[in-house]
Order: sequence, then C-alpha cells, then structure tokens
Amino acid sequence: MAVAFGANLCGPVQFPLPMPDHIPSSPDLALSLDGVALGYGDFTVLQDIDMAVRPGQVVAVMGGSGSGKTTLLRAATGQLQALRGRVCAFGTDLGQVDGAGLQALRKRMGVLFQQGALFTDLNVFENVAFPLREHTRLPESEVTARVLDKLDAVGLRAAAHLRVAEISGGMARRVALARAVVLEPELILYDEPFAGLDPISMGITARLIRDLADRLHCASVLITHDVQESFAIADQVYLVGQGRLVAAGTPRTLSDSQDPYVKQFLRGEPDGPVAFQYPDTPAFQAWLAQQEGRKR
Amino acid sequence: MTGPVQTLSALGRWVRTQVSGVGFFTRFLGALLARSGIAASRPRLVSQQVHFIGNYSLLIIIVSGMFVGFVLGLQGYYTLNRYGSEEALGLLVALSLVRELGPVVTALLFAGRAGTSLTAEIGLMKAGEQLAAMEVMAVDPMRRVLVPRFWGGIIAMPVLAAVFSMVGILGGWVVGVLLIGVDAGAFWSQMQNGVDVWDDVANGVLKSLVFGVTVTLVALYEGWQARPTPEGVARATTRTVVVGSLAVLGLDFLLTALMFGN
Repeated sequence: MAVAFGANLCGPVQFPLPMPDHIPSSPDLALSLDGVALGYGDFTVLQDIDMAVRPGQVVAVMGGSGSGKTTLLRAATGQLQALRGRVCAFGTDLGQVDGAGLQALRKRMGVLFQQGALFTDLNVFENVAFPLREHTRLPESEVTARVLDKLDAVGLRAAAHLRVAEISGGMARRVALARAVVLEPELILYDEPFAGLDPISMGITARLIRDLADRLHCASVLITHDVQESFAIADQVYLVGQGRLVAAGTPRTLSDSQDPYVKQFLRGEPDGPVAFQYPDTPAFQAWLAQQEGRKR
Repeated sequence: MTGPVQTLSALGRWVRTQVSGVGFFTRFLGALLARSGIAASRPRLVSQQVHFIGNYSLLIIIVSGMFVGFVLGLQGYYTLNRYGSEEALGLLVALSLVRELGPVVTALLFAGRAGTSLTAEIGLMKAGEQLAAMEVMAVDPMRRVLVPRFWGGIIAMPVLAAVFSMVGILGGWVVGVLLIGVDAGAFWSQMQNGVDVWDDVANGVLKSLVFGVTVTLVALYEGWQARPTPEGVARATTRTVVVGSLAVLGLDFLLTALMFGN
C-alpha cells in the first residue's frame, strides 16, 4: 500500500503497518532513500529501505543495537555508497555526485556523531567555532557571539574555555550537538543524541532538536533507540530490524500497533521476534570447528 | 609440490603488497602537494605546527647535540693528537656535525620525538572519528590536518638540525678548549678556514630538508593508514620510527655519495 510520506499517518491503525512506497527524489525532500540496500563488502546490512524526510520534519530511525541505524546515517552523509537504490540529499543522488558536489551538499548538513568526535587539540569554544571558521568569513565578534549562543542553548556557555579532556562524556555530546547546529544547516543528522545524557540534559536536548526543526525549518533525522524522548518530538518514526524496514508511521501509530516486532521493541519485552542472540553464521561455525579441532 | 607453490605464492603476495604500498605512498605525497595551497592561504596553521613539532623537540635536540659535541671533542682530540694536529679539532668537529651528524642524528631524534607524536595524533583522530567528522563537515581532513603538519615538519627539521650542529660545536669547544686545553684561536680559525658555506653548510641544510620531508611524510602516512584501534595506532607508531630511521640512513648514504663524491 502506497503511503505519502510526510503526511499525517494518524488515524485508525492498519495491520500490517503501512510501509513506504518507492520515494521519487525531489528537491523538496531534504533526504530520500529509494529501494536502498547498504552493506560492507559482500555483507548486506539493510535492504529495501524507502524513506523520505521533509524540511521541518523530525524523523526518528529506531532499531536494536547492530540493526544498521548508523550505517543508514553513513549513507545519508555520503560516507557509504548504496549497494542498490538511490540515496538523495536535497534532490541530488549521492551516488552520482562528484567530490565538489558532495562537499557542497555536506555544507548544508550537520551531523552529531555517536561518540561526539570532538577535536581533542581544540578547546570547547574552538570546537563549536570550527565549522564557522572553515566555511564563513564572519568577523571574530560574530563568531564569538554565535558560538556562545549555541553553547548557551546546550547549557555549556561557561564551559567554553575548557579543554575537551576536562569535560565529561555527556558534556562532550552536548558540545558536539552545539557544533552540529552552529551553521544552522538544512538537514541535521543526530546519531544517538540521547546516549549518555542525564534525564535533565536529555529533556533539554530533545526540546532543542524540536525547537531547531520548527524555528529553522530544518529536517532532522534521529538515529536512536530511546523510545520515550524520540516519540515525544518525532513527526515520523522508522523502525529497522532484521535487515530491513520493519515499520513506519507516526509515534501514535506505532504506539497503538499490535505488530509483534513493534510491540516487543517499544515495550522492551524479552520474548518476541527480535532475537537477543547474535545470529549463527557460517563464519562462526568454521571458527568453532577450528577451535574444537585445536582441543583434540 | 604444495610447499614451493605456497612459498612462491606468499612471495608474490608480499611483492605485490610492497609495490602497491609504494604506489599508495607516492599518491599520498601527490595528494599532500596538490592541497598545499592552504599553507600559503592560512600560514597560521603551519606556524602552529612548527611550534608544536619544533619547539617541543628543542630540548632533546639541544641535550643530544651537546653530548655528541662532547664526544666528538674527546674522540677527535685523541685521534688528532696522534698526528700532532689537535689544532684541527674545531674543523673536525664542525665538518662532522654540519655535513653528517647534525642532519642525521637530528632526523633520527625527530623520527622518535615528532614523528611518533604525529602518527599517534593522526591515528587517534581517525580512531575517535575526528577525521570522519571533518569530512562530513565538508572539510577535507588531508588539507586541514595533514598539510599544515607536513609543511611544519619540513620547516622545523633544518632549523633543529642547525641548532643541533651549533650546540654540538659549542660542546666540542667546551671539551677541546676549556677542558683539554686546545688553543682557542686555532680551534675557531681552522673551522673558519675549512668550512665552506656552499659545499658543507648548504649541503647539510639540503640533507636535513630531505630528511624532514621523508620523516614527516612517513609519520603522516602511517597515521593516515593506521587501523583505528589502540593496537593499530601502536603498530603505526612503531613503523614510523623503523621506516623513518631506515629511510634517513639509506638516503644519507645516497646524498653523501652525490654531494661529496668525486
């Protein structure tokens, strides 16, 4: 069943949940994935992924550990080429664009990395100022004002002078968030924005993400497995697992879903279709046989 | 038959890996040179690296230079004394340092101090996703991170070699003139007459420049190619010292033969 993405999917819950149809690339979409398969070498992590993110939308991509969420983000930034299908940012196919074109597209994106990826040779202020210094010719007073404004938004204005080694992991993630949004990009990709944050910081970060999307009309993609915070701010949720897109819809649609996979994931139940055990592979069997052979 | 075939296959694989390694290394140098415009457009990035690489290596260079000068003063005196030529001690110390020991020992120390530091820094930046973060910010990490370090190393190395030679000569003077009692006038005048600016000093500077390019390039390449794990960074750091030092010694022989051979 074809579903117009970005449209409100609230209403009577349908079973199985509506899955996205093929997404045509359009400059109106900040990000679109059309029949995409992703992987490393011969190993396919995700396949048949269709997704669309419009300006002003907050989209949460959820799934268990190792389900391929970060792989999806790497494809969206052009760090990873799709094995099949098309990944488009602002209507441009990332698989067809040249180096300069990719650079131009990346200037319109902001990315929050899972580990923060702060530059350890720079202090907090210089980390946030880095994109401004590289891509703009703003006077120093304007750089200072903008950086302090963003640091203020994440509650770390008074930490501007500290070295990266002097701040905690949670603070580092908030600094990385300030850096990701300092250029006020049109598309912001957040890889686990709530990981390692205390409840207060988590709530403020969630509100900040929503506020940025509303105020700047930027598209936001959250890679997360934090159900509560992401459901509170997301317009659309995609659930990935078992190497594919399992479900998609508004937070309410998914909350009301009776689909066993969706129910198990959202409620954190131990039993269900989501396997806790890592799947058995021929490579593991070969290794096991070798180990057992050594014992004899 | 399996044994020889396997050996041959392993040998072929090794040769192929080495050849492709040389290819990657050459392309890496080309990529750095192609992006070197940033050194002119943002000289502050280079001067920061000259400070980091050069200033922080200064202590080890000065201390080593002093001790090498002491030893040259002692050994030189005992050898020259046999022939009654101890007045030539200043010339011997100066030529040994300016032509050979200054550039070579500085380059070996540079590989151990600044080279390892560069490799570890780049490797850890890779492991911490800092280079990937730069890339998705539309900032070329090779241009922004590697090029300033490359030129910083090239500028710092001849300066450090000059400091090493200067301190070494002073060390030779302390031992020869102050402690042993060689005539100070003879020590300095023989040096002044015997050391040629172009044949000796300029060739020494050229050597240190070549060593600076080599060691910095090896250090950056190893960091760039390092596996993004603690073990990978440790291995890359070790390779910087081994490959950098061997390259310096090999190039020294080649350059000496070209510069000072008949």
